[in-house]
Amino acid sequence: MPGKQKVRNGNIKVLLIDDEVGFADILAKRLNKRNMDVTPVYTGTEAVQIIRKQDFDVAVLDLKMEDMDGIEVLKIFKKAYPEMAVIMLTGHGSEQAAKEGIEFGAFDYLTKPCELEELLAKIREAYRKKAHA
Amino acid sequence: MDEQNEQKKAGYHHSLRRNMLLTVIIVSITPMILVSALILYQFRISYQEKVYAHLETLVKKHKRNIDNFLKEKLADIRFMSDTFTLEELSDESFLRDRLEALQSEFGPVFVDLGVIKANGVQVAYAGPFKLGKALYSEADWFQKAREEKHVISDVFLGLRGLPHFIVAVRENSNGESWILRATIDFVAFNDLVQNIRIGETGFAYILNRKGEFQTKTLLDVLPTKGPCADFVETGKRVQDRICITEKIDESGNKNLYVTASLKDGDWFLVFRQRTSDAFADFRNAMKVAIVIIVLGGLGITTMAFFLTRRMVGRIAEVDKEKEIMNEQIVETGKLASVGELAAGIAHEINNPVAIMVEEAGWIGDLLEEEEFQDGENLSEFKRALDQIRNQGRRCKEITHKLLSFARKTDSRVQDVQIQDLIEELVSLSAQKAKYSNVTINTDIQPDLPALKVSQTELQQVILNLINNALDAMEKKGGTLDISSQVEDNIIVVEVEDNGPGIPEANIARIFDPFFTTKPVGKGTGLGLSICYGIIKKMGGEIEVRSLLGEGTNFRVSIPLPEERETQSVDSGKSQGTPLSA
Repeated sequence: MPGKQKVRNGNIKVLLIDDEVGFADILAKRLNKRNMDVTPVYTGTEAVQIIRKQDFDVAVLDLKMEDMDGIEVLKIFKKAYPEMAVIMLTGHGSEQAAKEGIEFGAFDYLTKPCELEELLAKIREAYRKKAHA
Repeated sequence: MDEQNEQKKAGYHHSLRRNMLLTVIIVSITPMILVSALILYQFRISYQEKVYAHLETLVKKHKRNIDNFLKEKLADIRFMSDTFTLEELSDESFLRDRLEALQSEFGPVFVDLGVIKANGVQVAYAGPFKLGKALYSEADWFQKAREEKHVISDVFLGLRGLPHFIVAVRENSNGESWILRATIDFVAFNDLVQNIRIGETGFAYILNRKGEFQTKTLLDVLPTKGPCADFVETGKRVQDRICITEKIDESGNKNLYVTASLKDGDWFLVFRQRTSDAFADFRNAMKVAIVIIVLGGLGITTMAFFLTRRMVGRIAEVDKEKEIMNEQIVETGKLASVGELAAGIAHEINNPVAIMVEEAGWIGDLLEEEEFQDGENLSEFKRALDQIRNQGRRCKEITHKLLSFARKTDSRVQDVQIQDLIEELVSLSAQKAKYSNVTINTDIQPDLPALKVSQTELQQVILNLINNALDAMEKKGGTLDISSQVEDNIIVVEVEDNGPGIPEANIARIFDPFFTTKPVGKGTGLGLSICYGIIKKMGGEIEVRSLLGEGTNFRVSIPLPEERETQSVDSGKSQGTPLSA
């Protein structure tokens, strides 16, 4: 598997998983504009399916989704693609779940709604860490 | 409405007090009176028995004395008539010798002696009166003496015109009956009866069967009228017994009469005493008892009066406290439901706000592109976008606070050293305090035991109080005193400022969510209600006292954990490295 994580066009490949379609789309647009290669998906199932076909450097995962618990998605990610860094998005007050996620191998978490710059920095940080790993 | 309520409550307490007072008085005094009455009644009965028994003994004794006196006198005369012959006694000088012998032996009891023949003529006489050859055939006692062996006459005036009575014995010698008689000195006999004196009104007298006085009496008693006559009638039946009766005399006083028969029922010894006099001791005892009852009753009434006043005062206080507590319970319930509602809203609002902010950001991103750089309203667009972003951030702040209010922060319970916590917060606020020209003083009791609470929550509370105080003193500066000590297993933290104080109208609403006096955009009005919720959850209290122009004091009290409580279960769990969030 090692050859898989290559940086194409210098862009970080990001998988954005959030069941709030409007949020996922706009966030993807904005991140894309900042030289990232973002693919938004809107359910946990979709996310699990898409990572079988495509490689991603970083996944931004909303922990609270209707079809699948974010922690479950995280577990699958970590099992199948341990190299992919996962940044969790959590609602304010549900930090407990995010901390649990870190125990399962997530890189870090951000509280929603978060500042774009913050997320950007976190993605870059995760990517750097992964590249150096 | 409030006034009416107050009046109703005052009326309730008034009637409560009246009922308590009446109950206490009735319950205490009734048994006292009943018991006293019972005891007095029993006492009266036994006292009466005692008085009667005493009087009976007294009268019996005197009856015996008088009977003995009469019998003795009779025996003396009988002895004389038996010893000496008619001839000897008919000799007046011999008779005089005999009289002198009797008088020397018994004193002047015997006044004279006389020997009377069957025809009633006195044949010999010895004594101070000139009664020689007197004729007694018509005298009552003489008539009786002819039939009976001896006679003791009633008291009468007789030939000499002085009260006296006769003792006579009949003898037979040579077929001829004769009588030896002696006159008994009335004074000597009278003394026997007059000496019977008891109390102030007790005295005795003797009546004959006709109801005539046989002795002198001290009072004017009409023998034939009223009670005395009854004794005469019942006298025969009484015989040797003592009869005690109670009658009301002419002047309306109750009298006790004790009667005994004398001389085989011919005379009656009557002892009379006013009932009030006989029962004087009992009356005194009763008076003392009544005084005690009255004083006791007064004592009980006074005690009940003051006691009920105090108790009802207490009850009124407790009622008031209860009312306040009820209000607080309602307040807490209100806060809890508001909290749940707020948490729900916060969650729901978070996403749309995030989208709005991101969309605005997207517009901003697009505006960066070349084609828009020359637009005349570019700066206005940017300003509007900034505003959207700022307001979005404000929304986020509000929702975060609402969620904190709904207790969704880090609520892990751990050992918290209050001293460290306060010092940390003070250093955190130092910059702001300096800016507001506020001096912060801390007075923390050393070696305070550790609390078992959520550190972040407690931090939030104290920081909120400090920030509020600093905000209050922002304009004029001042002093902020933070103190902490242990009181009865409770840690008390006081945050006191000398700022402008809180108006009374606001005090009641200070813990209400969304209540704020800060200008729009500066405060959410959630800080203190969050503090309130946190402290309540810790089982503690948060109280506020404030005086306009003097300052405000917030007092937080949190109970210390039980001594033997084991380590909190979740302290070992989720110890993941805290991350910047």
